[in-house]
Amino acid sequence: MQDLQFGAWVDDFLAGLWVTVYVTVLAAVAAVVVAFVLGIAVRTRHIVPRTIARIIIELFRGTSLLVQLFWFFYVLPEFGFRFDPLAVAVFAFGLNFGAYGAEVVRGAINAVPTAQWEGSIALNLTPAQRMRRVILPQSIPLMIPPFNNLLIQLLKSTPLIFLIFLNDLTFYSDQYRNSVGNENFIFPLLLVIYFVLSYTFTLFMHVLEARANTRLGRPVERRRIFKYRGPQEEEAVKV
Amino acid sequence: MATPETTTAYETTGARASGEPMIRFEEVLKKFGDLTVLENLDFDVAPGERVTLIGPSGSGKTTILRLLMTLETLTGGHIWVDGEPLWHMPKGDKLVPANEKYLRQVRKKIGMVFQQFNLFPNMTVLENVTEAPIRVLGKSRDEANEKGKELLERVGLEAKYEAHPSQLSGGQQQRVAIARALAMEPRVLLLDEVTAALDPELVAGVLNLLREIAETTDITMLIVTHEMHFARDVSHKVMMFDHGQVVEHGPPDKIFTDPDHDRTKAFLHAVIEER
Repeated sequence: MQDLQFGAWVDDFLAGLWVTVYVTVLAAVAAVVVAFVLGIAVRTRHIVPRTIARIIIELFRGTSLLVQLFWFFYVLPEFGFRFDPLAVAVFAFGLNFGAYGAEVVRGAINAVPTAQWEGSIALNLTPAQRMRRVILPQSIPLMIPPFNNLLIQLLKSTPLIFLIFLNDLTFYSDQYRNSVGNENFIFPLLLVIYFVLSYTFTLFMHVLEARANTRLGRPVERRRIFKYRGPQEEEAVKV
Repeated sequence: MATPETTTAYETTGARASGEPMIRFEEVLKKFGDLTVLENLDFDVAPGERVTLIGPSGSGKTTILRLLMTLETLTGGHIWVDGEPLWHMPKGDKLVPANEKYLRQVRKKIGMVFQQFNLFPNMTVLENVTEAPIRVLGKSRDEANEKGKELLERVGLEAKYEAHPSQLSGGQQQRVAIARALAMEPRVLLLDEVTAALDPELVAGVLNLLREIAETTDITMLIVTHEMHFARDVSHKVMMFDHGQVVEHGPPDKIFTDPDHDRTKAFLHAVIEER
């Protein structure tokens, strides 16, 4: 059997794994903030915030993430804005995935029945209170599954950051292949690591979803992955 | 105008004959696109008066309630609530379209109970009742909880403070919705087909609760219902609508037993036949 010489690489790999996770989590937090701000702004009555939000969303959804990354890294410094690579990564990923997330937020808010808005108007809540106290708590459970999709895509897009000199998991795998040459070992291992990471995120999102639903008075059993989920039996048991 | 038909029960709460109307519709016009729902509509409701709106669906009854609750915008004319224009605000000596801040000021006086309850599923029963008193009326949590529990007890739900709306029957949910509306201490209560979505066996309980509230408070009520017995019991005045117009109005005894118009006769015949 070939000598894998992996022992010497373990520290580098762990450092790369840390960068991957770190960038994913920070960018996800940034993306959620961007998604809520843009998603709410894009459905306001006032034309100025609505237009600005729509332009940002379409711009960041409609152009390549890689080009955005380069743009923040190479073009902005020309105008005197210089950021370290980590900030650029969080910024670019946050805006790009936040733009997709804004559509998720907008859709989930629109999915809350009109009756809930009317109930909150009849109680004379302010527009901000309607959103914060009534509409958002009901739309968040609807956002979580599509957010989970975006989170996994975000994780799997992070290898792009080696182009702005951040040494992530994929970077070290490539280094290893260059110097040791065991591509039959390292790339299958890399696939497994990404899968484990994304499945961990998925499980975490399931917990969030279950908690959000419990808060709406619809307690759900813990998600079992292979369970058949046909049309649900309607409604909770009436008391 | 509007004298209660059963003088004994309503003596203390009946409509005042004089003074400003609680609600006044003045040449009200409401269109949805090209469809005219209300046109040239004028009527007054006195403080403490309970008025039932009857008529076929599409006749504009629910639209009247929704205009008062500011859930629909007014196309033309004026609506006055307690002497103040609802959809317009005074600016100099002119009336200009109301902004949200002004609407909130006038809306304070009005509460509504919906056909589908519209409870907030993200809150417990007690939170549904206390949310607006805390956030809008600025009550302390303790004060709101105390008042909320009192109201829930009154509607027969003292055992359900911590339940979620989804755990209640339709009748119980509607009782919570009634308590929630009353918690805001409205001067005007709008009841929009509040028993239409309930199982038949739960209807009587909700109607009895509303009868009790009608007898013990002097809240002005506008009621849209197909429950003619209930309408007859609680209202001082019945207004028959068709095609966005008042066909006729009068005390319930008159309207239900001896209506003047054929349209009213045909409608009542159809509704009572159905029962």
